[in-house]
Amino acid sequence: MRIGTPAEVMPGENRVAMTPESVVMLKKLGYDCVIQAGAGGAAGFTDAAYEKAGAEVAADADALWSGVDVIAKVREPSSDEVSRLKPGQTLISFFWPGANEALLEQAKDTGASVIAMDMVPRISRAQKMDALSSMANIAGYRAVIEAGNNFGRFFTGQVTAAGKVPPAKVLVIGAGVAGLAAIGTATSLGAITLAFDVRPEVSEQIESMGAEFVFLDFEESSQDSSATGGYAAPSSPEFREKQLEKFRELAPDIDIVICTALIPNREAPELWTEDMVQAMKPGSVIVDLAAERGGNCKLTVKDEKIVTDNGVTIIGYTDFPSRMAAQSSTLYANNIRHMMTDLTPEKDGQVVHNMDDDVIRGATVTHGGEITFPPPKPKVAAIAAAKPKPKAKELTPEEKRDAEIAAFRSATKSQAGMLVIGALVLLVIGAYAPASFMSHLIVFALACFIGFQVIWGVAHSLHTPLMAVTNAISGIVIVGALLQVGSGNWLVVLLAAISVLIASINIVGGFLVTRRMLAMFQKS
Amino acid sequence: MFSTGLVSAAYIAASVLFILSLGGLKNQESAKRAIWYGIVGMALAVIATVFGPGVGNLFVIIVMIALGAGAGVYVAGKVQMTEMPQLVAALHSFVGLAAVFIGLNADIMLSHVEGLRELTAIALGLGPNVTDVPLPVDADLTGFGERLWVKDAVEVAILKVEVFLGIFIGAVTFTGSVVAFGKLAGKISGAPTKLPGGHMLNAGALAICVILGLMYFNGAGLWTMLLVTLIAGFIGWHLIMGIGGADMPVVVSMLNSYSGWAAAAIGFTLGNDLLIVTGALVGSSGAILSYIMCKAMNRKFVSVILGGFGGTQGPAMEVEGEQIAIDADGVAAALEDADSIVIIPGYGMAVAQAQQSVSELTKRLRAQGKTVRFAIHPVAGRLPGHMNVLLAEARVPYDIVLEMDEINDDFPQTDVAIVIGSNDIVNPAAQDDPNSPIAGMPVLEVWKAKQVFVSKRGQGTGYSGIENPLFFKENTRMFYGDAKASLDQLLTKLN
Repeated sequence: MRIGTPAEVMPGENRVAMTPESVVMLKKLGYDCVIQAGAGGAAGFTDAAYEKAGAEVAADADALWSGVDVIAKVREPSSDEVSRLKPGQTLISFFWPGANEALLEQAKDTGASVIAMDMVPRISRAQKMDALSSMANIAGYRAVIEAGNNFGRFFTGQVTAAGKVPPAKVLVIGAGVAGLAAIGTATSLGAITLAFDVRPEVSEQIESMGAEFVFLDFEESSQDSSATGGYAAPSSPEFREKQLEKFRELAPDIDIVICTALIPNREAPELWTEDMVQAMKPGSVIVDLAAERGGNCKLTVKDEKIVTDNGVTIIGYTDFPSRMAAQSSTLYANNIRHMMTDLTPEKDGQVVHNMDDDVIRGATVTHGGEITFPPPKPKVAAIAAAKPKPKAKELTPEEKRDAEIAAFRSATKSQAGMLVIGALVLLVIGAYAPASFMSHLIVFALACFIGFQVIWGVAHSLHTPLMAVTNAISGIVIVGALLQVGSGNWLVVLLAAISVLIASINIVGGFLVTRRMLAMFQKS
Repeated sequence: MFSTGLVSAAYIAASVLFILSLGGLKNQESAKRAIWYGIVGMALAVIATVFGPGVGNLFVIIVMIALGAGAGVYVAGKVQMTEMPQLVAALHSFVGLAAVFIGLNADIMLSHVEGLRELTAIALGLGPNVTDVPLPVDADLTGFGERLWVKDAVEVAILKVEVFLGIFIGAVTFTGSVVAFGKLAGKISGAPTKLPGGHMLNAGALAICVILGLMYFNGAGLWTMLLVTLIAGFIGWHLIMGIGGADMPVVVSMLNSYSGWAAAAIGFTLGNDLLIVTGALVGSSGAILSYIMCKAMNRKFVSVILGGFGGTQGPAMEVEGEQIAIDADGVAAALEDADSIVIIPGYGMAVAQAQQSVSELTKRLRAQGKTVRFAIHPVAGRLPGHMNVLLAEARVPYDIVLEMDEINDDFPQTDVAIVIGSNDIVNPAAQDDPNSPIAGMPVLEVWKAKQVFVSKRGQGTGYSGIENPLFFKENTRMFYGDAKASLDQLLTKLN
C-alpha cells in the first residue's frame, strides 16, 4: 500500500507528518511513501532528502490525494481536503471530532476511515503514538523559551562582579505533559520554579522535575484523576476560591507564569485573574498555553502577544509546536509511524483495521461509512486508581519536643515498671529457693544481659555466620553429657554417649562451616 | 587430672572467649579472628571437663568425639551455601535431642542416688528421712552423681523442675528443628498444615505436659518424663508444620533461641555455670534475631508462631495495568545506558543457584565503571543474612552489599533496579494498600528507580499468594524465566 503526506494547507502551519527518517521506518513496514513536493520545506526537510530516504515526490496535492491509500497529515483536514477522500482510503491526522461534527459527517459520507491522533487513548501501550503528549511536551518547552525571549532578565541567579542577580521565579499552573516540560525547562535554566495542579497525586512528579509543589490547605482537594483518564476535572467553587487566593498571594513575587490548565471538552478555567496581572511586576511575562480555549488568563488574546498597562507581557500564541517544526515534525512522524506499526501487524504493507484493538478502536472516528465516535470505554483503565496519600504533618519544634518528652517519659515508665516486676520476681524466687540455685540464677541473668548487649552489635550481613557459630557454641551441652557418661548405669552411659556424639557434630560442624563462610566475605 | 578449681578457671576463660567470639561478629574482618576465640574456648571447656574430676568411660568419650568430629568435618565441607538453612536447623535439632537425653539421664541418676542414699542410711542405722548421709566409699558415682548426693530436699525439688524444663524445651526444639529441616530441604511441603483442632491441640498438649510435670514433681517417676518427651515432641512438630515457608527465618531464629534455653536449663540441672552462660548467650542471640526478623516483616512474634498471615480487613486493592515482558536484549540495552544499578536478590536466586551469574554480571558492570550495589532485605531468603552469605560465596565484595535502611533512600537516583527472585520484600502494597496482608511491612522501594526489571519464573503470585502491584507498574518490565538461565543469557548480550 502507499502512504502519502500532503503539504499542510493551514496558513502558518510549519509541521509535516512525514520525515525522511520516518520514511525509512515506514518502508520497513512494507509501505511505499509519497510526499507532496515542498511539504517538508517549512520544517527543514528538502524534497531531495525525502527522495534519498526512498520516498516518491508527488508534484501537487491532487496527485498525492488520488494516488495513495493512507494519508498522514498534521492538522485536521479542511472541508476541501475531506472531499478528496475516497472509500477505502485511511486518513490519519488530528481531527478533534468532538468540535468538528460537520467535518465528521462529511468524512463519514466519503466512506473513508479516519483515525484521529487526538483520540489515541491514554494507556501505557499507546504512549508511543500519543501525539497530544509529544506536542504538549514541545509546547511546554517552547512556552518557557518564548517567555525568556520576552523577559528582560536572567533565569538563573548570578553573583557577578557587576552585582547580584536574583533568580527568576516561574509559576507553572497545571502539571500535565506541557506543564511538566515547562517545569523541566525552567528549572534547567536555573529559575526557581513553583507548580500547581488540582490533582495532588502529581505532586511527586512535580517534585521529581525539581519544582516546588504549591500546596493548598484544602481538605477535599483530592481529585482522583484515574476517573477521568488522567485529565483534570472541574473543581468545586470553594476549592477554586482557595486556589485563587493562593495565586493572589504569589502574584507579586512571580516573574513568569506558564498557564497550561485545560479540562477536556470545556472552556479553559480562569485561574490568573485580572487583579493578579495588575499585582505583577512590570516586565513579567505570562504565557497562556490555554489560549486556544479562551485562556487561563482572560486578558490573553489568542495568537497574539500583548503588553498590559502595567507592563506585563501576555503571550497567547497557539502554534508553539509549529514554531519548532523540525522537532515537532520528527516526533509527530514517529507517532504516525508507531500508529502504522499497530495497523500493520504482519509488516506486509497492508492496513488491518482491527476494531477490537483498544487503541485503534479509540482513535478511529469514522470507519466503513459510519461514525464511530465517541468510542466505548477502553478495557484497560488509563491509570491505576490513585492511592489516598496521608499527608505527613509538619510538627512544630514545640510539638516535637513535647513528643520527645512524652516518649522519654513512657520509656522511663515502662523500663522502671519492668525493673520493679523483675525485682519482685527475683525476691519471690530468692525467698524460697536455696542459695546454690540463686548463685546460678545470677550467672544466668547476667549472661542474658551480656548476650543481648553483644548480639545487638552484630552486623546484619553476618546473621547466618552468627547462627552457625551459636550452633557450634550450643554444642557446649557436651559438657553435661561428659559429666554423666561415667555413670554405672548402662542406659545413662548409652544416652550420654549419643549426646556426646551429636554435640561434637555440632561443635566441629558449626565452627568449620562458620569459618568457611567468614572466609568468603571479601572486600572489593 | 585437673582440680575443681582449675576446671572452674577453664570454664571462666571459655565463657569470656564465647562472649568475645559473638561480639567479634560486628564486622567481617574482626569476625575472622573471633571465630578462633570460640574454637579455643570450646577446646578449653571440653578438655577441662574430660580431665576434670568425676568423669569416667574415657574410651567411650574419645570414640564418640572422634566419630562426631568426623561427621562434623564431613558435613561442614560438603554443605552448599544455599543449604545453610537446612544445616542450621539440623544442628539445632541435635542440641535439642542432647538436652532431652541429658535431662532423662539426670532423672535416672537422681533415682539411683536417692536409692543409694536410702540403702546407706538403713545400713548405717539412720532414719529414712535423714539427708546428710555420708557417701559410702565404694559408691561408684560420677561427678554429677556426687553433686546430687549432697542436694537437700528443696534443691532436689528445684532440680526436678529444671529437668522438666530441659526435657520439654529440648523435645520441642528437636522435633521442631527436624520439621524445619524437612521444610527447608524440600523434603516436606512448605505449605502450612495443621491437624484439626489447630492451636487448641497444642494448648491441650501443653496442659497435659504441665500435669505430667506436677505428677513427676510429686514423685511419679521416669515414665512421666518419657511421656513429656513424646508430647513435647508432638508440640514441636505440630507447631512448625503450621508455619509457611517464608516465615522460616523467624522459625529458625526461634529454634536457635530454644536450643540455647535448653542448654541453659540443662546447666541449671547439672549446676554447671558454663552451660548456663553459653545457653543464655545463644538463647538471647536467637531471641534478638527473631525480633529483628519479625520487625522486618512487621508482624507480631506470636502471629508468626501461630502461623498464617494476619486477617485482612477488606478486599485487596485492585491491581490495574499489565505485566509487560522484556527479553535479554532489552535488559542489556538498559544496563548499557545505566550508571547506577541496584540488585535485589531473594530466595528465588538461591533456588535457581544464580548467585554466580549475578556475581559475573556485577563484575562486568563494575568493569564498565557503573555503580552496582545490592539491597538486602532482612528477611530475604530463608535464614537471617542468607543472601549475604550466598553473595559472599560468589565473591561479591561485601562493601557493595547494603542493608535496607542504607539503600532505601537511594532508589530515586537509581537508573536500573534488578529484582531477582524476590517478591513480597519489594511489594508496594505494603505501603499503599492498608488491606494487604503485608500492610506496614518495611519494603525495598524499588519502584522509585527509573527502570525496574523483575527476573521471575512466571506470572503467578509468590508463595504468599499476594498480588504484587510492582509487576504492573509502568516502569517495570518482567524478565521471565529461570533466574540463572536468564542471567546467563543476559551475560552473552553484554560485552
